[in-house]
Amino acid sequence: MANSPLLQVKNVGIRFGGLKAVSGFDLEIHQGELIGLIGPNGAGKTTSFNLLTGVYVPTEGDILFNGKRLNGLAPYQITRGGISRTFQNIRLFNELSVLDNVKVAYHSLAKHNMFSSILRLPSHFSGEKEMEEKSLEFLKIFELDQYKDEVAKNLPYGKQRRLEIARALAAGPQLLLLDEPAAGMNHKETHDLMELIAFVRKEFNLTILLIEHDMNLVMGICERIYVLDHGVLIADGTPEHIRNHPKVIEAYLGEEVHPDHA
Amino acid sequence: MKNIKGFWLYIIVAAVIYGVVQFLITGGILNQFYSNTLIFIIINIILAVSLHLVIGITGQFSIGHAGFLAIGAYISAIVTMKLDLPFFLAILMGGLIAAFAGLLVGIPTLRLRGDYLAIATLGFAEIIRIVFLNIDYVGGAAGMQVSHLTNWTNSFICLVITIVVILNFTNSRHGRACISIRENEIAADAMGINTTYYKVTAFVIGSFFAGVAGALYAHNFYIIQPTNFGFLKSFDILIYVVLGGLGSISGAIIAAVFLTIVSTFLQGFPETRMIIYSLVLIIVMLYRPKGLMGTLEITDYFKMWKGSKGGNQYGK
Repeated sequence: MANSPLLQVKNVGIRFGGLKAVSGFDLEIHQGELIGLIGPNGAGKTTSFNLLTGVYVPTEGDILFNGKRLNGLAPYQITRGGISRTFQNIRLFNELSVLDNVKVAYHSLAKHNMFSSILRLPSHFSGEKEMEEKSLEFLKIFELDQYKDEVAKNLPYGKQRRLEIARALAAGPQLLLLDEPAAGMNHKETHDLMELIAFVRKEFNLTILLIEHDMNLVMGICERIYVLDHGVLIADGTPEHIRNHPKVIEAYLGEEVHPDHA
Repeated sequence: MKNIKGFWLYIIVAAVIYGVVQFLITGGILNQFYSNTLIFIIINIILAVSLHLVIGITGQFSIGHAGFLAIGAYISAIVTMKLDLPFFLAILMGGLIAAFAGLLVGIPTLRLRGDYLAIATLGFAEIIRIVFLNIDYVGGAAGMQVSHLTNWTNSFICLVITIVVILNFTNSRHGRACISIRENEIAADAMGINTTYYKVTAFVIGSFFAGVAGALYAHNFYIIQPTNFGFLKSFDILIYVVLGGLGSISGAIIAAVFLTIVSTFLQGFPETRMIIYSLVLIIVMLYRPKGLMGTLEITDYFKMWKGSKGGNQYGK
């Protein structure tokens, strides 16, 4: 951990008019870590993801990735720079096939240009072939290759979630942001998904930041956890530390009520 | 056109169609009226296919396509009539200037979404029309005389080039990027697609071919007037794309052919023409709410037909 952090978020905040959605947000992630971001509903977790990926521009603070400042870059530039994400409410390209969904994410890694495609030059065919092969590899890892010609919207819910992660991986990230990857999944599906996340993390040498509501899951796999409440960071540390942190308990369960006050 | 074999198949089919019609025209079997209708159909197909790229593929609802048609028409007319340059140069210039206009309009307006983009492009087309109306160099309201240079051969070549370019663009990573914008712009952006770049590119390619269609149009009708390029013309083109099925190039082509024939046929009944034309549109939309072809292509039907006979359903 002697090296500088992969992602450094310094005192970042955003306000929408008079509403402070997130403020004073600090975060440090080192290469290879798996970090959890938790908090009650409306705490600002997805908003902070949107800040990291350029959907929103922070009104205060700095976001540094590999030492480069990300503030104000467009989402596609940030993705090309090495941060890709999934969405809380699934955002697949519904009418495209499963394979094409992944191919779109591989787009910026392919090199054949528009003229070679329009004139059907050899570089178009080799480029498209490479795209197809790479995309199929990602589908195989996520056990989706037998559905490759299926239209994405026809996949069952759990597989749509997996496809979203496959697609995010195809964009070639160093840092993967997962927004509630296990939302709506049953116990077994969640368990399988977690094993899969652990596997791709090793396989692709990834750093992962994930938002999750399932406490067992977060406590089980994350090395460190950040807790947000009302747009403010209230605690961070190891799962053990978080589990017993009074502020976290308060945020989730409410303040302890003394008998004589009741 | 996924592979080189498919590409040559298209070219051969195109060459056969060309040869047969050319034979019929030189043999005198198709008279002047029919060959003129054919050219009119080709112009409408080019317009439909170019707008299909913007609306059907990229999902940007532009209803100012007649503006680019007007630019192509006037620029090409200036090139042949005022500068006395050859016709093919006029077609190229018409397309290029229209594409340049598409670039100028596209960069600011494609930041808008949905209804706002529609209004902005509609406004642009009206501006173009008013500009030509007030330039005396091109005849103002009286219009401009243009010699008849469009024939079956040169219009058919333009049509084949248009379809090949747009199909090849669509079936590549660039076209896929455009479709991803149509499907979910936020996700496309998050996957590393430069959405503004691809929206503008699709718009510019669409404008280029609208300009080409404009050049053919101008040299087919002896005279061009600003009133030919009103917003109703934009809606005509929009109807081809929507009626054919958003996202289906064969749908756009079929709708353009079908509606051009219907409207040519109805010229014999001038009093009831618009009523019948509207009824045809309403009936088609009632029975095919997603357009004639939906999102399918005509080749998908061939594959399904082959699949039902025990072949590989995905035809690969």
